[in-house]
Amino acid sequence: MAVAEQERTVRGIGHSLRRHEDDRFIRGKGTYVDDIVLPGMLHMAILRSPLAHARIVSIDTSKAQAAEGVVAVITGADLAAHNLAWMPTLSGDTQAVFATDKVRFQGQEVAAVVAEDPYLARDALQLIDVEYDPLPALVDPHKALEPDAVLIRDDKEGQTDNRCYHWEAGDPRATDEAFARADVVVTLDTHYPRCHPSPMETCGIVADVNQATGQATLHMTSQAPHAHRTLFAMVAGLPEQNIRIKTPDIGGGFGNKVPIYPGYVAATAASLLLGRPVKWIEDRSENLISTGFARDFHMHGELALTRDGEMLGLRVRLVSDNGAFYADAQPSKCRAGLFHIVTGSYALPAAHVVADGAYTNKAPGGVAYRCSFRVTEASFLIERLVHNAAIELGLDPAELRRRNFIRPEQFPYTSATGFVYDSGNYEAALDLALQQVGYDDLREEQRRARAEGRLLGIGIASFTEVVGAGNHKDYDIAGIKMFDSAELRVHPTGKAILKIGVQTQGQGHETTFAQIVASELGIPPEDVLVQYGDTDNVPYGLGTYASRSTPTAGAATAVISRKLRDKARQIAAHLLEVSEEDLEWDTGRFSVKGAPDRAVTIQDVALAAYTNMPEGLEAGLEGVHYYDPPNMTFPFGTYVVVVEVDPGTGDWKVLRVVAVDDCGVRINPMIVEGQIHGGLAEGFGIAKMELITFDEDGNCIGSNFTDYLLPTSWETPNFECFATVTPSPHHPLGAKGVGESATVGSPAAYVNAVIDALGHLGVRNIDMPVTSAKVWEAIQQASR
Amino acid sequence: MEVNVTVNGAQHRVDVEPRMLLVHMLRDRLRLTGTHVGCDTSGCGACTVLLDGTPVKSCTMLAVQADGRSVTTVEGLARDGQLHPIQEAFKEEHGLQCGFCTPGMMLAAAALLESNPDPGDEDIRWALSGNICRCTGYVNIVKAVRRAAGAMRQTATQAG
Repeated sequence: MAVAEQERTVRGIGHSLRRHEDDRFIRGKGTYVDDIVLPGMLHMAILRSPLAHARIVSIDTSKAQAAEGVVAVITGADLAAHNLAWMPTLSGDTQAVFATDKVRFQGQEVAAVVAEDPYLARDALQLIDVEYDPLPALVDPHKALEPDAVLIRDDKEGQTDNRCYHWEAGDPRATDEAFARADVVVTLDTHYPRCHPSPMETCGIVADVNQATGQATLHMTSQAPHAHRTLFAMVAGLPEQNIRIKTPDIGGGFGNKVPIYPGYVAATAASLLLGRPVKWIEDRSENLISTGFARDFHMHGELALTRDGEMLGLRVRLVSDNGAFYADAQPSKCRAGLFHIVTGSYALPAAHVVADGAYTNKAPGGVAYRCSFRVTEASFLIERLVHNAAIELGLDPAELRRRNFIRPEQFPYTSATGFVYDSGNYEAALDLALQQVGYDDLREEQRRARAEGRLLGIGIASFTEVVGAGNHKDYDIAGIKMFDSAELRVHPTGKAILKIGVQTQGQGHETTFAQIVASELGIPPEDVLVQYGDTDNVPYGLGTYASRSTPTAGAATAVISRKLRDKARQIAAHLLEVSEEDLEWDTGRFSVKGAPDRAVTIQDVALAAYTNMPEGLEAGLEGVHYYDPPNMTFPFGTYVVVVEVDPGTGDWKVLRVVAVDDCGVRINPMIVEGQIHGGLAEGFGIAKMELITFDEDGNCIGSNFTDYLLPTSWETPNFECFATVTPSPHHPLGAKGVGESATVGSPAAYVNAVIDALGHLGVRNIDMPVTSAKVWEAIQQASR
Repeated sequence: MEVNVTVNGAQHRVDVEPRMLLVHMLRDRLRLTGTHVGCDTSGCGACTVLLDGTPVKSCTMLAVQADGRSVTTVEGLARDGQLHPIQEAFKEEHGLQCGFCTPGMMLAAAALLESNPDPGDEDIRWALSGNICRCTGYVNIVKAVRRAAGAMRQTATQAG
């Protein structure tokens, strides 16, 4: 192969190609939703409830209506007149667009002002007079589930308590039998706290409805434009062909931009009624107090083991706090998401999970913050239990894991809760991590440090994820089956456009998806324009969350590229006047077997597809594929965190983070590593500082970045990343998805490290966020 | 009120309400939308611009306070079609993902390199600690600033 040819082809899969999208972002020329200005555009601001639970007695909008610049004031009653006061959620519940009967959380949408100017819209909000009749606020999900608790969802027919769902997985009898045989049962009660994805860009929309044609163009911050279009059609009764969702550049999502928010619906209704474009951009406090939070799982775990460390069974009881509406996005069959991956990387023969969801007077959500449907909570629980089990048994935590890993020859492995793990080599990842961190030396150093009164801790997490939904039989969002799509159009000049059903929010799709085409079809990545996020332009897909882009649309891209390659082969045979069997394919080039100089390039073939087709062959080199994955993919890895705890203050510093990730084949290693860095930082934030909490009246504490703490460059540790590669056996590229591995796996590693530092003092648990104050308190209690 | 301000080297005379924030004047009146609003409470740094060379959070400053001053936004980083070394380094080191914090982050970094041409990792991490990024975990941002510093020192040596 000539040097130039090699240069051209190697920038496909496996190459750390610099990102195409960066060229606009580094110049400040991205287009985020707030950058969009349309002629005649109005601005909407939302009035929110100051109370967590109250009946609405009256709303007087007359002063606001008369205020300068105000075009309209919209209340729930106005929406109800158009049957828009309530909307369906992606988890099959209903949610108030604007409250009509009562408010159910602080920050709930009550009314909106639409004005000529955003400042004037805000001014007029203060002139709306709402009279509330306060009700007791339920902030504790356990209390909410008590029989005499005040009913939050009295709007729902047949709802007699605050139970949002009840859900079980696994085999209770087999689990009881396993526990009966156990020498040791290790228990852990822990609250995975409510935190918030907090993408740097808040949510927003520019709704542009043409009253004459009924055509609605919605520029909005959506991680799932097609699913949102379908839901919009259902909620608004608009014909679906008249709804076009266009997603501009998105300033981060992390699950926060999966749900449909009342502001989107209200702005669309306002544009429809007023005949002018309407922009709504929430501020940060609105984002933090009303949009999809994450986690808030109260978990009780029991791990049954023999004395020599063989895991026998796992039992979990959990209560999830879902807030006032069940408004995350869980597949219909999985009410607690994919939490039943809680058996983790271990050959646990028996497990039983019981989950109950509670409505409370808090913001709705439970979205998967950089996580696949509650996998993060599951991974945290099992990895914390394993660490505590090691302490109880006097075993090294790495050794206890090693003894119980599902072995490579056991794959595909059916877990006790019903997942079929596609592949894995957990010990290889653990070994590499231990070697890179210098584990044995560190343990020695830890012993020496303890003798000097210093508290060094080493935390391990050997996590397993389940990502890339569907298959369509088991997974859906609001009834829409989970598959994804890619449409590839190769132009006569050999350049191409790839249209995908998934939606980047910073993951670099414009680069990686072009690299897939490059490897499969030999068209250089810079010749492939990747498009997404416009429902009129790209084929139907379910969007990007749950690390599903590469497992689903990435697979679709590979398959459609291969289909076009098959057609290209027919054309090449025609051009070279040989039969197809006589052709050899080498990325971007067909040559005649035994006569390598007789060859045509993919570009030659592309031109012929439009100018010189073989007789009887359909013109063009274009096609679309909808990929229904045969199974989920199961990325895994081992993270090792080393911390030092200050015994005087309880502050803990991270000294090392070694991360070994196995996400199968890496399409763009640079981008993969960037995803891991981000997840390790968010995991650090969750472990140490991120917390949305409430006082007893349901006032949200954590409504701005002074109260809701995010890690900055100063606190965030450096990360050392390594890879093992165990390809997915069923994915066409062997890839598994990686965007969320580090958020899923790392919190347990950070917390285990702190507990490891304090284990000899008798400390077994500190709930996240593991603040200095909590650590100090734990040290004080232990020494009493 | 009338504000006379130099933005990215160009003189502007803008009539604003006294309460208008600097970031809104830049975005809505001058259509320089590279400066983003992430939190409105000085917490995130997405709106960072340089005021007479010093990084400020333009969501927490009134437009009228910029009267008679010089503002640099991300659109002013490149000169004569040549990217600033910071911009090149952010791309080369994968120092950005969604791009929303990137303009503020690059301006804070540019200000650091004006005062400290050879910063260590701690200097960089401290200088950028007013700017939050949710995507990158900062590792590659730190690398990018180091790379830019090296490139700028090399240019300075060659020029000297």
